[in-house]
Amino acid sequence: MSSVNIKWSRWFPLVPALALLTGILLVPLGKTLVDSVSTPAWTLKNYSNLFTDGVTMTVLGRTALTAATVTAIALLLGYPYAYLMTRVGPRARGILLVIVLIPFWTSVMARNFAWVIILQDGGPVQSLFELLGADHVVLYGTTAGVTIAMTQVMLPFMVLPLFSTLGSIDRRLLLAARGLGSSPTAAFWKVFWPLSRGGVMAGVVLVFTLSLGFYVTPALLGSPQESLVAQLLAQRTTLLLDFPAAGALGIVVLIVTLVLVAWANRVGGTVSAIGVVATSRPKDRP
Amino acid sequence: MTSPTKIGQVKTVQVDTGPALSRRRYTKVDPIPWWLKVLGGLVVAFFVLPTLVVIPMSFSDATTFQFPPKGFSWRLYENFFTNPVWLDALGNSFLVATLTAVLATVVGTAAAVALSRLQGRTAQFVRTLLMVPIVAPAIVVAVAVYISFLRWQLTGTVTGYVLAHTAIAVPYMIVSVTGALGGFDPQLLKASASLGASPLRSFVRVTMPLISRGILTGAIFAFIVSFDEVVIALFLRSPTFQTMPVQMYNSVTVEIDPTISAASSLMVAAVTIIFILPQLRRGRRGRRQESHADDT
Amino acid sequence: MTRETTVKATEPSSGTGLGTEIRLAGVTKDYGLASPAVDDISLTIEPGEFMTLLGPSGSGKTTTLNLVAGFETLTAGTISLNGADVGNVPPHRRNLGMLFQNYALFPHMSVAQNVAYPLRERKAGKEEIARKVADVLELVQLTGRDGDYPSQLSGGQQQRVALARAIVFEPKALLLDEPLGALDRNLRSALQVEIRRIHREVGSTFVFVTHDQEEAMNLSDRIALFNNGHIEQIGTPQQLYTEPETLFTARFLGDSNVFELGQAALDEKVAQDGESWIVEPGTVAAHPGVRASSAIVVRPEDVEVAGSRDAVPSGANAVRATVRDVEYMGSYRTLLLAMGAGGLPGRARTSALRGEYAIGDTVVIWWWPRAQRIVAA
Repeated sequence: MSSVNIKWSRWFPLVPALALLTGILLVPLGKTLVDSVSTPAWTLKNYSNLFTDGVTMTVLGRTALTAATVTAIALLLGYPYAYLMTRVGPRARGILLVIVLIPFWTSVMARNFAWVIILQDGGPVQSLFELLGADHVVLYGTTAGVTIAMTQVMLPFMVLPLFSTLGSIDRRLLLAARGLGSSPTAAFWKVFWPLSRGGVMAGVVLVFTLSLGFYVTPALLGSPQESLVAQLLAQRTTLLLDFPAAGALGIVVLIVTLVLVAWANRVGGTVSAIGVVATSRPKDRP
Repeated sequence: MTSPTKIGQVKTVQVDTGPALSRRRYTKVDPIPWWLKVLGGLVVAFFVLPTLVVIPMSFSDATTFQFPPKGFSWRLYENFFTNPVWLDALGNSFLVATLTAVLATVVGTAAAVALSRLQGRTAQFVRTLLMVPIVAPAIVVAVAVYISFLRWQLTGTVTGYVLAHTAIAVPYMIVSVTGALGGFDPQLLKASASLGASPLRSFVRVTMPLISRGILTGAIFAFIVSFDEVVIALFLRSPTFQTMPVQMYNSVTVEIDPTISAASSLMVAAVTIIFILPQLRRGRRGRRQESHADDT
Repeated sequence: MTRETTVKATEPSSGTGLGTEIRLAGVTKDYGLASPAVDDISLTIEPGEFMTLLGPSGSGKTTTLNLVAGFETLTAGTISLNGADVGNVPPHRRNLGMLFQNYALFPHMSVAQNVAYPLRERKAGKEEIARKVADVLELVQLTGRDGDYPSQLSGGQQQRVALARAIVFEPKALLLDEPLGALDRNLRSALQVEIRRIHREVGSTFVFVTHDQEEAMNLSDRIALFNNGHIEQIGTPQQLYTEPETLFTARFLGDSNVFELGQAALDEKVAQDGESWIVEPGTVAAHPGVRASSAIVVRPEDVEVAGSRDAVPSGANAVRATVRDVEYMGSYRTLLLAMGAGGLPGRARTSALRGEYAIGDTVVIWWWPRAQRIVAA
């Protein structure tokens, strides 16, 4: 009954969760890390191979480019949408919010299958392009098709942080800028955009990071010739059974992701800070 | 938040004179541009339409993925409910998701309750650590789990699936229960103790009922996370044990089996119902419960 | 004296016993900060007594209550209930009722379910529960509200339910942690009367924590005044008011005029600040234990106001003062003063019959030595 005992007993309910996390995640990841530097011998060969095998770097570059494209499109679509959400009435805003969440609660496989139908040869998108005069536009089996499908899934991660930031900006500042002689466009770029940059950063980092790890969408909609890093990882594991090499690649992807997420988290902190700044008096602003 | 609300409401009071006049002028200098509404509509279509194509597809009479669908029939649903491959996959998914939800509920609730009472750096670290499964790329987790489970002979087993799915479902559980605990007054536990209840009894009679909604939400999330999980499932599958998402994956990549559109429609409907049911229940009972919550 | 008569008056009819003696010996709670939160406190609370732990926030009164309740662990010392050491007994086995400032009613349970809670934990029978719940709800005048939920009750009603819940299982004692703090003024005084009545009817030991001196004076048999983790003084409300032993006590309970003695006070007639302050030496030096750090304390109602030095009777102590402000309190008025050449803040109570004074007037304040208290600073 000493106070030391009481302190330990408070940690006790965490044991199952930590045991599970350790057993299912940390130990396998740790084992992967150890294997990647110790097999076949204690070297960093598995890591240096990633740079020299002629494939990994190309795939990583393609993955980063795809993620960047997804991020850019998501921002171009998500920013106006989040802005619209802040402008409409409460009921319309509720509906828009539910719609944002649709990709969250539709089954992953159902969604990807739907994209297969839409983008396939002879599918509705191709027909649409033919109507517009562009014959035989192929999206199925290309990185472009993968990018479109990924963007739909990633949009909520762009819209939600943007919505929370844009919603906290005092729109009277825009009117004040207009009152001081700015055009609507100038008022937007000089006043609104700078105040929304925290949300933009959070959304951009989040979408980019999550886009790096996509597996099912590129596997179903892309092609093996234009694979992304997750496909490469799967291929090296299940087909080549080269666990140490796959492990090295996996560890690199994991570290890049965690670093970016940690950074996004910090930027996320800035989001709320900017919310406070936007609603406080001008002299409080840095 | 307040200023956009006001602007939105202006539309409904535009016929008013007097005080509304100034606000009307306000909307006139600051209207929602037409192109923004159009763009918003396109994004809405982008969100909604793609998923909806699976529903007409599921009533197709064709043996391919051709769209727009040809004819109308229940053949695909019939096939889904008579083909043992699909039924087994469905049963496996239900089994794994149910066990995952139960396990994640126990493990995650305990962790969330403990974390809510702990402060300091170590607790913060543990909190962050427990969130790693959400942010770590599924493919990396899948590969690592696969390699280890091969050694432990857990691939293709219910145990293996449940353990892996629970590990990624627990963070959702913790987030949900932690949210519910945010409105929980720790003084109630002191009161309960002073009235003669042991810590365990206090948890059962006071804490649990008051965070039940958070636990329920978390359990639903855990179920869906498991039911819908593809990446790890693809690695852990065996010829004798596959889950629904894996069978769906096979039917696109290997079999070109349009039964998947029936399966997809059922998945969309099921997840929608699971998500909407608690909302409706909350709508009915919410008012009383919320007024209680306000009071504490 | 007050205490003993109270005990006799509260002879309970239900036969639950006279309440419990709570004995604290050398009780210390140290969080490892600059000074212990509770520092070597010894205090015996008699069976059936209404004891108030009074003090400013951070003085250690709430920590002491939590130590008694078992929500905090002792760093040193012992706490015993009727002679049995409870230092290692967890809170749920101490059998002490407790009242909280925010009521701490279970929001998911009805009034009846809240009140039945401790009985169900004690595995009482259905009929016994129904009977006791009905009885106690009648005692707190909430009969008929059994089915209501806490959110449907006012603050005062909620606190009565909490009170019913805390006494229904006939606890050894009732601990009250600022239970009226969240209520408005009128409800407070109504509930004070209620608590007093229930204390009389139940006859159990009450330990009441508050920072409100008025509340403490109204309710208590005895008050333990807390300051910086130790007890400044224990006594009846009367004793604490009329016979404060320390400057802190004098200042915390009621208004006081305070004259710090300094070096010169002990053996000769004090005439400081150019004769503005006259104290007869005998009235100070004769007091046992007087030191240079001591101070003279006089209550505002014990001083007289005179127009000039000539009007002060011999044998009285006096100080010259300037009227800074006049507060009209209805039946009397209070002069706010700047006393002596140093302009010490002071108060004198007077009435229109004894002369009108205006802001800026120079007056002489005097009092008989028997009305003054010499206290340790």
